[in-house]
Amino acid sequence: MSDPDLNNYQLSQLDTLEAEAIHIFREVIAEFERPVLLFSGGKDSIVMLRLAQKAFYPANIPMPVLHVDTGQNFQEVLQRRDELVRRLGVQLIVGSVQEAIDNGSVVEPPDGTRNRIQTPVLLDTLEKHRFQAIFGGARRDEDKARAKERVYSFRDEFGQWDPKNQRPELWSLYNSRIHAGESIRVFPLSNWTELDIWHYIARERVELPSIYYAHEREVVDRGGMLYAVGEFITPRDGEEVLTKRVRYRTVGDANLTAAVESDADTIEKIIEEVATTRITERGATRGDDKFSEAAMEDRKREGYF
Amino acid sequence: MDILRLATAGSVDDGKSTLIGRLLYDTKTVFADQIAAVERVSQERGEERVNLALLTDGLRAEREQGITIDVAYRYFATARRKFIIADTPGHIQYTRNMVTGASTADLALVLVDARKGILEQSRRHAFLATLLQVPHLVLVVNKMDLVDYSQEVFDQIHEEFTAFAAKLRIPDLTVIPVSALNGDNVVSRSENMPWYDGTSLLHHLENVHIASDRNLIDVRFPVQYVIRPQSDDWHDYRGYAGQVAGGVLRKGDDVIVLPSGFTSRIAVIETADGEIEAAYPPMSVTVRLEDDIDVSRGDMICRPNNQPNVTQDIDAMVCWMDEKAQLRPGAKYAIKHTTRTARTIVKDLAYRLDVNSLHRDETAQALQLNEIGRVVLRSTQPLMADEYGRNRATGGFILIDEGTNRTVAAGMITDAG
Repeated sequence: MSDPDLNNYQLSQLDTLEAEAIHIFREVIAEFERPVLLFSGGKDSIVMLRLAQKAFYPANIPMPVLHVDTGQNFQEVLQRRDELVRRLGVQLIVGSVQEAIDNGSVVEPPDGTRNRIQTPVLLDTLEKHRFQAIFGGARRDEDKARAKERVYSFRDEFGQWDPKNQRPELWSLYNSRIHAGESIRVFPLSNWTELDIWHYIARERVELPSIYYAHEREVVDRGGMLYAVGEFITPRDGEEVLTKRVRYRTVGDANLTAAVESDADTIEKIIEEVATTRITERGATRGDDKFSEAAMEDRKREGYF
Repeated sequence: MDILRLATAGSVDDGKSTLIGRLLYDTKTVFADQIAAVERVSQERGEERVNLALLTDGLRAEREQGITIDVAYRYFATARRKFIIADTPGHIQYTRNMVTGASTADLALVLVDARKGILEQSRRHAFLATLLQVPHLVLVVNKMDLVDYSQEVFDQIHEEFTAFAAKLRIPDLTVIPVSALNGDNVVSRSENMPWYDGTSLLHHLENVHIASDRNLIDVRFPVQYVIRPQSDDWHDYRGYAGQVAGGVLRKGDDVIVLPSGFTSRIAVIETADGEIEAAYPPMSVTVRLEDDIDVSRGDMICRPNNQPNVTQDIDAMVCWMDEKAQLRPGAKYAIKHTTRTARTIVKDLAYRLDVNSLHRDETAQALQLNEIGRVVLRSTQPLMADEYGRNRATGGFILIDEGTNRTVAAGMITDAG
C-alpha cells in the first residue's frame, strides 16, 4: 500500500498544538483520580476550556473547574465565567480570598494587592478537595522561569516547584506517579505563544470577555501603565483621569492589570496588533511581575501557577 | 505554516545562548522590554555590548553562576514556520537534558567554536542526536569572526566532522559557518565569507524538508482513553480516543486490536469538529469500530497485515537519568510505553557505551547518571513494540522508580521480540 502524496499529510502549526494539548488532557484524565481545571477568566483559560471540551467530545468535561476569586475581578470576566460553566455543564468551585481574609487565614497586604495572598488560598482549596492534577493555562513564552517548566510540573506536598529537581520529560510520555499529598500542575498550552492563542481564538470563534477588545474607559497613568478608574482604583492626588481607547492584553486583578491604548476592536485587528507589538504581554500589563528580575520564579517556588 | 522542533547543544563558551539570542533578536521575537532588561544588566556588569546570552538564561541561579541548568524552551516564528527550540546545556553532566531535548526534535544544532574545532563534546552531541534518531543535523561553526572568516579553518572542521559523522549514519548533515555575535550567516548570508556558497542558518531551518520524516506506513493507534458519555443522547456511544503514532488510518479499514487480537473495521474517525476520512500523525482523534469488542487504554489499533511485535522481551539502549540510584541487573521498574504501563525487570546489562569514544564496556555492572548502555528487559505484560529507528513514538519508553516515582531512564527499543 502506498500513498501517492504522503507529503499532503502535514498538520498546520495550530492543528499540531491542538492535537498535543488534547493528548495531554486525555492522558491526565486517564491516569489521575482527582483532576481539576484552574480557571482565571483570562483568554488562556477560556482556550483551555475549549480544548478540554474538544478532548472529551461528545462527553462533558470530566472534571470540575476551580476559580480562585481575589474579590478584585473585572465584572465582565465573572459574567463570562458563569456563562461558560453553565453552558458546558461543569461544576464550578470557588476559592475565595475575601473569605480567607475574613477568617484570618491570610492577611491582606497594606497596599491592597491580593496577588501574593491568592497562593495560600489556592493551595488550601486544592488540599481541601485533594486534587492531584491541576490544569493551568500557563505558556512557556510568558516568562524566563516558565521557559524551563515541564508540561507535567511536579509539586511537593507544599505545592512548591523546585527548578533543579524536575522530572525529565521525553517524547509524549508523561510520568503521573505521585505520593500522597503531592500533585502535578499540568500545562497543555506550554508550546503555544500569545499569537498562537489569538489565531486559535479567531479560528474557533471563542468568545472572550469584552474587555479584551478596544473600548473607551476612564484611566489613570501610573508610571506609564494605564489603570482603569473604578471600584478598585481611585485617582490619587495630582493624578488626572483620562478617557482613552484601551483594551486588556491580559486579565488579572482589576487593581493590578493595566490596559494598553489600542484601536483593536475586532479579533483580526488584535492579531495584527499582537504580531507587531514590541512589548511582552506581562511587561505591558502586569504590575505584579515588575518587582524583581526573578519575580515569577520566586512566586512559582511558593506554589503559584 | 508548520512546526519545526529543534534541539541545540553546546556549552556556554560555544556561544549557543548568543546564537539563540541572535535568532530571537533578528526575527524580532524579542520584545522591547526584554531588550531593555538585558541592556540594563549588561551595563551593570560592565560588559561592552549588549549580551544576547542574557535573553535566554532564565533562572536566578543561572544568571548568578553564568550557567544553564536545564532544558529551556524558546519560540520564534517566521512567515514560513513556527520554531520550538529545546535549548540544552552542553556539559557531560547534562547528557540527560540533551537526550530529553532531542527526543522530540526534527533537527539538532551542534555548535563548535571555530578556534577550538571539533571537541569531545561535539562528538558526544552528534552521537546523542543520532541515538535519539533526530532526522536532521546542522553543525554550526561559530565565532568565524575570531578566525578572520578563514575558509581554511572552516574546511578543516568540516572535513574532520564529516569523517566522524560517517560512523554515525546521520541521515542529513549540513555545516554552516557563522558569527552569532555579529550575525554573519545567521539570518542572512554574510558578506564576510564570500567563499561560502550555502544558505544562512535561518534559511536552512525554514526550508529543511521534514514532512517525510514521519512514519506514514505502519498504522499505530495507541488507545489513550475510552469516551463513554453518561447521557441518554449518546447511550451506545463508545469512542477510542488517542493520538495517531504512525501510518494513515482510514474509515472502512480492517483493523486488529492488540494484544487481544480481536479484529473489526473502522466505522468512524472523528473529532469534536466532525467526521474525517483519514487520520495521520500527530492527530488526536476518536475512532469508533463496527463491532462491540473489548478495547481499553493501553491497547493498540493496527492493520492486520502490519503489526508491531507483541512481546514481553525487549532489547534497548537506555540513558540513565537519575542521580540518586543506579541501573543494575535484577532491578525492577515501572515501564511506560505508548499508553501502556507495566512492570519490568532488567535481565541483563549487555554493555555500557562510552559516549565519547563509542567504546563498549562489556564488564560494566551498573549505569549511573548520564550513562548509556544496552539492556535486556522482561515485562509483566506484553508491549506493542517497534524498533525505535522505525518509529520514535512506538519505540521509545521511560522507566520509573516505583519507590521514588522518579523518571529514571529513557529507552529506545533496538530489537523487539
